[in-house]
Amino acid sequence: MVVAESKPIGEILEMIKDCKKVLVAGCKGCVTVCNSGGEKEVGILASELRIARKTSGNDLEVLEYTCERQCDPEYIEPLDDLVKEVDAVVSIACSVGPQYIAARYPYLPVYPGLNTVFIGGSVEHGVFKEYCQACGSCIIGDFGGLCPVARCAKQLMNGPCGGSSGGKCEVGRGEIDCVWHLIYERLKNLGQLHKLEEPWGYKNWATSREAGPRTMIREELRK
Amino acid sequence: MTVTAGSKLEKILKSGQKAVTCECGPPRGADAEHFRHKAQYLKNCADAVNVTDNQTAVVRFCSMAACRILMDMGIEPVMQMVTRDMNRIALQSNVLGAAALGIKNLLCLTGDHHTFGDHPQSKNVHDLDSVQLLDCVRRMRDEGKMISGTEVEGRPAMFIGAAANPFADPFEFRVVRLAKKIKAGAQFIQTQCIYDMERFGKFIEMANDMGLTEKCYILAGITPFKSVGMANYMKKFVPGIIVPDEYITRLKGVPKDKVAEEGIKIAVEQIQQCLEMKGVAGIHLMAIEWEEKAPEILEKAGLLPRPQVD
Repeated sequence: MVVAESKPIGEILEMIKDCKKVLVAGCKGCVTVCNSGGEKEVGILASELRIARKTSGNDLEVLEYTCERQCDPEYIEPLDDLVKEVDAVVSIACSVGPQYIAARYPYLPVYPGLNTVFIGGSVEHGVFKEYCQACGSCIIGDFGGLCPVARCAKQLMNGPCGGSSGGKCEVGRGEIDCVWHLIYERLKNLGQLHKLEEPWGYKNWATSREAGPRTMIREELRK
Repeated sequence: MTVTAGSKLEKILKSGQKAVTCECGPPRGADAEHFRHKAQYLKNCADAVNVTDNQTAVVRFCSMAACRILMDMGIEPVMQMVTRDMNRIALQSNVLGAAALGIKNLLCLTGDHHTFGDHPQSKNVHDLDSVQLLDCVRRMRDEGKMISGTEVEGRPAMFIGAAANPFADPFEFRVVRLAKKIKAGAQFIQTQCIYDMERFGKFIEMANDMGLTEKCYILAGITPFKSVGMANYMKKFVPGIIVPDEYITRLKGVPKDKVAEEGIKIAVEQIQQCLEMKGVAGIHLMAIEWEEKAPEILEKAGLLPRPQVD
């Protein structure tokens, strides 16, 4: 899923400081799963904003709505009536959401209430880790199913580097697993260590963001 | 191994004599005089001098300019190149430019992670890693082709080197990775600073068993301790370096004004121990901000004067 986290409340307050009425729009997709932008978080953020502004003697009216998703135009539609009343929208979807809202309402300010951090998953309750960088041509089949692009700090295709110590990466003060150590152990388990004996060639980054914003077209769905 | 670049370093190694390389880091500014001053100490005691490429991800004046300064001083450079800051376009361009300037030794590295440096907020590149850079340089030199397949007009004659760290994990994989670097194009290896002689001994033995020391020249990396503090720092904070307690005990066991002397003594012993090992082709002395001690260390280790080659 896309993993996102709340922006500091002060940053959101600063963005909407000139507004009298805003809509906080959540999303029932990924950000609900990672507990940062679902119905519950919409309620919490709305209350926080109201209280903060009340305390500063500058009341703010806050509407609340949680979209089925914010990454499909039809699910933005339900906001049509609500946005007529507000000065701005604070979207707490991943950063796709505010951009869909901006596209639908050309004259309405929209602000992100979250920082979108990565494509990943939870490893235990409340802990999320990055697993993918959406490079556009998956190579993990060569590496025991583990991704060096997303999970190696240096994106090595021929690791582990000299900074791998006791299974940990030198980056991150011992908090990050050395994915190359994991790749090594996994290929050993699979009896495929020979895969690491040949230099891994050049990665084609043209499928990645490097070639500009990407569009995926599924002709069979388009008809 | 046929001569590929004809550098002094390559010729000395191919002659079977023990080679000596030293390291000289450019300063964090445009002060060429300071760099020349440090390099002067190394002039007659190293066969070639490595110029680091923004080491520890701290901005310094660039490696290629520093190499040119060394050449003007009559010192043969080993240009270090890291893949951290440049993509394949810039890397290949720099290899060609370096060759055009007459630089003949190139050390291909991935580089320290930028979060350890003075610009942790920068965007890193890592389009290639060190193994891919080795392959790229070898291909430009031997096949006359760039990564894209474009013909190179004027092949870069480089003696190609790489680093190896016998002290990182998983230990048993370190020689496999060394073999991979050799396959990619590495002709010489300069190791990480060696303090754990036993582990280095095992590494070299494994490299000998795999026939790797016949395919490339391994220069053992030595960094003398300047102080007890430095030894402790290396032990505790530098990932991939193992410092046995006995050295720290020795440094602590001498009066304060004799610590540096003891550090030099240790370095000389380490050099001699390394040179006794089968498969060690030379020494890479990294006397960090202590270049003036390099002649003394190498003299005591019996490595001076340096051989002359045509």
